[in-house]
Amino acid sequence: MNITKKSPAAKFGWTAIAIVATIAWAFPVYWMINSSFLPNSTLQSLTPTFVPFGGDFRNFSSALEDGTFVRALGMSAMITGLTLIVCIAFAFFAALAISRFRFRGRKSFVLAVLVIQMIPAEALFIAQYKMIAGFGMLNTVVGVSLIYTATVIPFTIWMLRGFVAGIPADLEEAAMVDGLSRNQAFMRITFPLLAPGLVASGVYAFLQAWNEFAVALILLPEGQKATLPLWLRGFLQDSAVNQTNWGEVMAASTLVAVPVIIFFMFVQGRMTQGLVGGAVKG
Amino acid sequence: MPAPTAAPPAEVLPPVQSDSAAPQGRRRKNRLPYYLIIPAIVVVVVGTGYPLIWQFVTSFREYGLAQQFGNPAPFVGLQNYIEMLTDQGFWGIVLRSVVFCLVTATVSMGLGILLAIIMKNVGKVARLSLQIALLLAWAMPIVAYMTVWIWLFDDRNGVLNYLLSLLPGVDMIGHNWLVNPLSFFAVGSIIIIWYSVPFIAFSAYAGFTQVSDEVLEAAQLDGASGSAITRRIILPIIKPVLSIVFLLPLIWDLRVFAQIQLLQDAGSFGQQYDLLGTYIYKLGTGSQDFGLAATAAIVVMLLTLGLSWVYVRQLMKEDAES
Repeated sequence: MNITKKSPAAKFGWTAIAIVATIAWAFPVYWMINSSFLPNSTLQSLTPTFVPFGGDFRNFSSALEDGTFVRALGMSAMITGLTLIVCIAFAFFAALAISRFRFRGRKSFVLAVLVIQMIPAEALFIAQYKMIAGFGMLNTVVGVSLIYTATVIPFTIWMLRGFVAGIPADLEEAAMVDGLSRNQAFMRITFPLLAPGLVASGVYAFLQAWNEFAVALILLPEGQKATLPLWLRGFLQDSAVNQTNWGEVMAASTLVAVPVIIFFMFVQGRMTQGLVGGAVKG
Repeated sequence: MPAPTAAPPAEVLPPVQSDSAAPQGRRRKNRLPYYLIIPAIVVVVVGTGYPLIWQFVTSFREYGLAQQFGNPAPFVGLQNYIEMLTDQGFWGIVLRSVVFCLVTATVSMGLGILLAIIMKNVGKVARLSLQIALLLAWAMPIVAYMTVWIWLFDDRNGVLNYLLSLLPGVDMIGHNWLVNPLSFFAVGSIIIIWYSVPFIAFSAYAGFTQVSDEVLEAAQLDGASGSAITRRIILPIIKPVLSIVFLLPLIWDLRVFAQIQLLQDAGSFGQQYDLLGTYIYKLGTGSQDFGLAATAAIVVMLLTLGLSWVYVRQLMKEDAES
């Protein structure tokens, strides 16, 4: 999309802005990792230290030492795992239904899938709290996972719908003409082609559940049952009682963030496509 | 709107398009699609639908502390709505939230598109490093990036105050950005912009790459000016992407909760630091007035649904075409 031939000066200008933007967006992430290696005494000085020379892993070991991180990791893993499995299975069924069948009520179902995503989550917090408390499921993995699944599933359906619709049904029909049954045709032809879509939606659901903060805050009031984001918040608050030990807090943040960053790199492209739908055929 | 619970009589309609999986002309009772959507409907009805209805009903009830200890919650008609809508404080928060949302979403949109244009115009190395930086920011869990930003803005050891104080004649060491409500919201806005721009930039960039070079070259050969090309060719092609990309931040920023809550944790208490999300949360958990909180929630929901209706309609159109 090069509209005009660019002069070297213009090219230099664009590159300069690109560098500034790169620094602006990467700096907070860099700063988190940098500080996590530095001792608190260095960080408390009025002059920031911009490179972690002479740093060590002591912040990490003190962030890990009381064992609460591992407990929160386990809690996050269970909630995320349950959400992920249920969400992907159910969303996959629903996506099949709306992209492979025309049935009465389909349109209202699709409309509901879209509209539900627009409901602001905090509008439901209190009612969800009352409901989960009524079930006796406060501070439980199942209670939080139920709310997460309900929140994530509409978008997952929409995302998977795009993937299923992208695989022409003609392929299946051709296989059926060649003598496969409908189920065989689906399992041997369509399903393998869908794998990338399932992975992408799975990672999306993973990220949503793993990073979620507000619902967990309400449904897991007991400190013992904290997920990683709650653990990190608690860590910050405990530290802030005295003078915040930023080195340890940043080490804790890094511990929470790094797995997500790695996962995120895998899914990003697919996720954008799902969000903007058919408007972008990239 | 809750998920549709009533499934009409099941039968496969004649395929609308030839690519439908059901072979042409086959008409038989087929319940399969209904079985396929039932699990999803059940989860959504329990997790979202029921709370929504409860919220709606409660907004017409008196539901304070006494009711939570077992007293009956009487229906009071529109009393909660009247109380809410005649409360000056509520309108202040609505106004603040809408302004916050508009400013944050507009700046995010502008910066996002600017970055997308930059990606189009720089060499491969610069583009890749910018994209990696954006991805890093986008991948950060909310609590992690809020923590880092709170530290960057820290009054004593924050990098921002340090850098500002390097300027001649400026001494910002010890300046607390989170005390003045206006600068509190400016900080919140900057953080949210930082977080939402990557999505916008990637989407807009994906939109730009749809405009093929051949079309542009053809237009140039035909003597179209640069501005005419932008207006007549590029804009129409990327308009659907941009409208969606603009609507999503509007919806997100109106209901922003976690970022504001975490900023308040850093030491700013009181209603002057509230937006709608934190306001509802406090009504429900702090003052324990579920009736009023439910009313506020319903009002926010209507606001959001009003804003996002265009988005939903566009996606429905797309679904009908596929």
